Amino acid sequence: MYNIVKFEEAHSVKEAIQLLQENPKARLIAGGSDVLIKIHGGKIEDTELISIHGIPELSGISYEADGTIVIGSGTTFSKIANHPLIIENVPVLGEAVEMVGGPQIRNIGTIGGNICNGVTSADSASTLFALDASLRIQGASGIRIIAIEDFYQGPGKVDLQHDEILTAVLLSQENYRGFGGHYIKYAMRNAMDIATLGCAVVCKIKDKMLVEDFRLAFGVAAPTPVRCRKAEKLAIGKTFSEELLDEISKAAVAEVNPRTSWRASKEFRLQLVEELSKRAFKEAFIKAGGEL
Amino acid sequence: MTTKKITFKVNNKEVTVEVDVRESLLEVLRNELNLKGVKKGCSVGECGACTVLVNGEAIDSCIYLAIWADGKEIKTIEGEETEGKLSKLQQAFVDEGAVQCGFCTPGFVMSARALLDSGKKLSREDIKKGMSGNMCRCTGYQNIIKAVEKSIED
Repeated sequence: MYNIVKFEEAHSVKEAIQLLQENPKARLIAGGSDVLIKIHGGKIEDTELISIHGIPELSGISYEADGTIVIGSGTTFSKIANHPLIIENVPVLGEAVEMVGGPQIRNIGTIGGNICNGVTSADSASTLFALDASLRIQGASGIRIIAIEDFYQGPGKVDLQHDEILTAVLLSQENYRGFGGHYIKYAMRNAMDIATLGCAVVCKIKDKMLVEDFRLAFGVAAPTPVRCRKAEKLAIGKTFSEELLDEISKAAVAEVNPRTSWRASKEFRLQLVEELSKRAFKEAFIKAGGEL
Repeated sequence: MTTKKITFKVNNKEVTVEVDVRESLLEVLRNELNLKGVKKGCSVGECGACTVLVNGEAIDSCIYLAIWADGKEIKTIEGEETEGKLSKLQQAFVDEGAVQCGFCTPGFVMSARALLDSGKKLSREDIKKGMSGNMCRCTGYQNIIKAVEKSIED
């Protein structure tokens, strides 16, 4: 039996917002794979919960008229990985969320929960950073849209007011159309593990060699997921080569700020940043139509 | 504490139970419905011993609130056999010696069931990936994977 002192069930976003307003100490629960484990471990006590589990309007993936892909925040990792819109347009995101935990966790864990936890190791986060995703947030006073990079404010801290709910992740056409991408999760096991380091690259290649656009993002390389803007600038407009890989990977090392944890030392993580940025770029380059 | 009356199907049988909102599906299945084949292992969604199917998808019932089962279809290991006869999948576990202490077996069988019911053509890698949320501390993985492979052969 979980130590829950109050429990409310919302059936719509509107109702959830209202319940949040009425219960200033309550927190949202969607899939439960983080919240319930925190309760079990005693990390949160006397918990008041508002369940948004299975609210239909939060689940699913759709296309908007302008080509924006809208992923409901309550969509599970499995649904994302197997959705035709994702497989066809943004396969890198499907591949990234397939790395989360194991099948049982991917069947309940939601992309919204992954983001709102604010952890740097979230498998979806670095790819969403590279894709310049925006987030749709609904509160009592209306809807606002925020860039994912601005949403993360620090470890476990995100730009979400108590009475607000992340309702959707938005991927605009100019950020995925024509791109190839690759995500590498470095962990001790192939499943049921948290990333020691996560590296996401998306890029656009012209004439099989020219780097037209390039985005490099990491998880666990800083207190929040990060983009490496300086390294990105170095690559754009250049011809793909082994030298370019060396150049951008060294630039990335200078931009990140990992820490030593029980999982790995700072030094090891820096080495991973250098090596994985090369490997991920190479794979993304090929997926974007590049030829070595 | 609040309770809620929920109705759901377990192994094709409709049940209505009054559950405490704090209870996990695992607790309700074991303690209220006496489905003791659903094992309680780690309690934090890591070992897969409590795996059941909710609307065909494998989930860890220890980290799934019972009230969420309202209106859903649940399948546990008890629903795998038909009239006392083991399913082809269960028989393959027996034949391949995929059971040692047996504690992880119901969870493994349910994860395999979800894989088989997906209708996808499964490679050995697909099977390994599909079963990666289950742990066997006797480390009988080879035979478990062989059993699933055997159950797909005709």
